[in-house]
Amino acid sequence: MGPSGTGKTTLLQLITRQLSPDKGQVVVAGDDISKYGISELYEMRQRMGMLFQNGALLTDMSVFENVAFPLREHTKLGERLIRNVVLMKLHAVGLRGAAYMMPAQLSGGMARRVALARAIVMDPAMLIYDEPFVGLDPISMGVIAKLIRQMNDALGITSIVVSHDVREIGEVADFSYVIADGKVAASGRPADLKNESSELVRQFMLGLADGPVAFHYDAPDYAEQLLGSGTD
Amino acid sequence: MFREIWSTFLNFLHDFGAMCLFFLRLLQYTPSVLVRRFNLVSYQVYNAGALSLVVIMISGLFVGAVLALLAYSSLEQFNAEDTTGIFAGLGLTKGIGPVFTALLFAGRAGTALTSEIGLMKATDQLSAMEMMAVDPMRYVAVPRFLGGVIAMPLLTAIFTSIGLLGAHLVAVEQLGVDVGSYWQQLQNVVDGPDIYEGITKSIVFGFIASLVAVWEGYNSKPTAEGVGRATTRTVVATSIAVLFFNYMITAIYL
Repeated sequence: MGPSGTGKTTLLQLITRQLSPDKGQVVVAGDDISKYGISELYEMRQRMGMLFQNGALLTDMSVFENVAFPLREHTKLGERLIRNVVLMKLHAVGLRGAAYMMPAQLSGGMARRVALARAIVMDPAMLIYDEPFVGLDPISMGVIAKLIRQMNDALGITSIVVSHDVREIGEVADFSYVIADGKVAASGRPADLKNESSELVRQFMLGLADGPVAFHYDAPDYAEQLLGSGTD
Repeated sequence: MFREIWSTFLNFLHDFGAMCLFFLRLLQYTPSVLVRRFNLVSYQVYNAGALSLVVIMISGLFVGAVLALLAYSSLEQFNAEDTTGIFAGLGLTKGIGPVFTALLFAGRAGTALTSEIGLMKATDQLSAMEMMAVDPMRYVAVPRFLGGVIAMPLLTAIFTSIGLLGAHLVAVEQLGVDVGSYWQQLQNVVDGPDIYEGITKSIVFGFIASLVAVWEGYNSKPTAEGVGRATTRTVVATSIAVLFFNYMITAIYL
């Protein structure tokens, strides 16, 4: 968790090697992935599932084909088996009935659920969610939060959720890190973070408008600017 | 002032070098894509080629018609109107056919390719593919590039043929040039080297237009404005490159 612009998505991009670090190491599952070649990287990514902020469904394919896509690319499963696996994954996210719809026909929440089905279709060891609650209505938000928890428990996998929705993270996370200014500002169980002594963490967890993250963006003196003769 | 020109020049060199490397990567992946993903390539031939047919055919008809009108009005002064077919044939086969097709291709299919790839990038579809361990170069870029490369010579042939038909309609049906003379003159003068020149141009222009379209889409900024600008650059860059290479190839064949 952390305020907007603090580097959460960048961190995810480092963990998945969409970005390479300028210096230092990125260790995933015990391996320094910054040293991976392209084949090792793609092998690792087959063991990862990622849910993008907007779902990132391939818009020229139906829901079914989107979920089947990784299977068709990486396995030699027969059509019958692919169909059954896809329908099972879509059933798990409650969208078996939408299998033959196109992405443009889906609501934001549905698109994210389809993307979740696609992310778990290869039975990954790790699921990564980039801001899964952004722009969703309360019902869809609740559905996604429930699915994140369910997938984590049912599949026995590691889930990393990046978000700034304190309440939803409180519901789904076992352990949280608050990131600010590119550093870990606090960590612990979500309930404990509210009692953090750090002012920045408290401001973030309680949603206060002013604090270490100032309400006013840096600007010249107010009175001086109003009374001055400049055009700034 | 000098510094700005110098830095613009360096930026151009940097972008041009990056585009050349991109082109080499496209060529590197081409054999495996042709073998493993031919269905994607054939769909892109349809996408870039078949869907451009209407605009190509209508334009070809009118360009041929205008060419015949202009040729006839000039040749009439020397009582040489029977040779209208030569001018229409040479003009369409060697120059106007390939160039017009490439410019129309850039406007119709090139912009569609750029904006499609740009929007895929802006909506994280390319990143999603990478995260699914599918290389978007192989899945998105190469099939679209090859689709354009294959479609362009075919479209040029169709443009030129329809153009000759348009010229025939105007010269023979409207202006009364003898039909035998029109086709006989055309057959006598337009021969191998002229046709090879047209084919060479259409192949080179196919590479240029497809490369620019895919490159601009792939490297567009992932915003609405970025995709818009990339689409504009596709048309401008393709047009300039096509006109430049048209001159170069014409000079080589002289």
